[in-house]
Amino acid sequence: MADTDVLVVGASAAGLGVVESLRRGGYAGRITVLGAEVHVPYDRPPLSKQVLSGQWEPEQAHLRPQDLLDALDAEFILGEPATALDVGTRTVSTATRTLTADQIVIATGSTARPLPGQPELTGLHTFRTLDDALALRADLLAARRLVVVGEGVLGCEIAATATGLGLEVTMTGPQQLPMGLQLGTFVGGLLGRLHQEAGVRLRLGEGVSGFTEVGGKVSGVSLVGGDTLPADVVVVAVGARPATDWLADSGLELSDGVVCDEFCRAAPGIYAVGDVARWSHAGLGRSLRLENRTNAVEQSAAVAEAILGAPVRYAPVPYFWTDQLGAKIQVHGSISAEAQATVVDGDVEDRRFVVRYQVGDDVTAVLGWNMPKQSRLRRQEITTSALTEGATVA
Amino acid sequence: MKVEIHEDKCVGAGQCAALAPGVFDQRDDDGVVIVLDENPRQDLHDNTRRAAAACPALAIVLHD
Repeated sequence: MADTDVLVVGASAAGLGVVESLRRGGYAGRITVLGAEVHVPYDRPPLSKQVLSGQWEPEQAHLRPQDLLDALDAEFILGEPATALDVGTRTVSTATRTLTADQIVIATGSTARPLPGQPELTGLHTFRTLDDALALRADLLAARRLVVVGEGVLGCEIAATATGLGLEVTMTGPQQLPMGLQLGTFVGGLLGRLHQEAGVRLRLGEGVSGFTEVGGKVSGVSLVGGDTLPADVVVVAVGARPATDWLADSGLELSDGVVCDEFCRAAPGIYAVGDVARWSHAGLGRSLRLENRTNAVEQSAAVAEAILGAPVRYAPVPYFWTDQLGAKIQVHGSISAEAQATVVDGDVEDRRFVVRYQVGDDVTAVLGWNMPKQSRLRRQEITTSALTEGATVA
Repeated sequence: MKVEIHEDKCVGAGQCAALAPGVFDQRDDDGVVIVLDENPRQDLHDNTRRAAAACPALAIVLHD
């Protein structure tokens, strides 16, 4: 007999979502959750906002209070990273134990990607975990100048929060516009204006060549063109990669994530969910991997259905949101570079509007800027067969 | 079932209103959740539970 019935490897939103969906569906078997971090499951979107700003205590980012975790009747083993998986025997190893299970859910998420050759320096941060957020906050409170390397969602949110804390912030990255890959040129341009109005200095469209230091402490960011941006603190937010190193010898197919079928199955009795999962999207006819909070929960419900014996093809419309500098931006679908943008509700001057994106006759995305309800109601206009992969990373 | 919401936590993602439209809506101006039905009927309980679970801000609490 296996050590447990369902073993969830990863104790974040996606992993916890599977446990909750199973119990909600009446699943009565034994469930074990194995988490790499010592923390109880916590939420990541607030890390770059409420936690970094100090508006929240770290505990407020916990996904559930202890009594609700206890009510799930699952065993949580925390602070023990998984080190290997044997697919044939469905055995997961850590440094100190092995666990066998009838069904295994891989929910190990992703890890912050450093720049190539990035050195270890005091004041030089990456940003992914609660501990990362607290470490950056501690440094920011004693600093004057922050350079954010990375103009994606995370870089923009960190820049916005740090500006609010009174720091002089410079944001740099290879794209010409903040979140240009995710938002396209029209809204990316508006976001750039918003950041500049708030005092964020933009040095975009130029790569980073390295860092300067004084006695092991970072002192600046060197750009390819030769300039150096002076800094007391630097945060590198250039994306994440799926946490699959521990699966290298498992025999599972890995290709920028754990490759799964339309039902999120990687192998018999083995599933993947959340940032780490690259599954076959039935609506697209190809594979997709999404790094966002809404996907973590929606996909966890699909994995639970499969474990409960009623598998469904998981084929969602991608959706992410970001809150920065008073702008609540929500994107349903994916905005590709060639899509044509049309304002269909509200007014750009009022900073409340909805944009529809079309490629030919197909609606590929709907974006709301401070119009959450109105943009959601237009989600149904998206032609699912025309969803484009683009850069649906949040 | 009794539905309780925390407006201060709501991020306006709208997942609740999409999953349980008879129970939840969003304010027109800022997208914050509105409860349409604090004591939903039995046949709405499943969708209400799904909506609470899908809330990315944990702003919905259900009391059975």
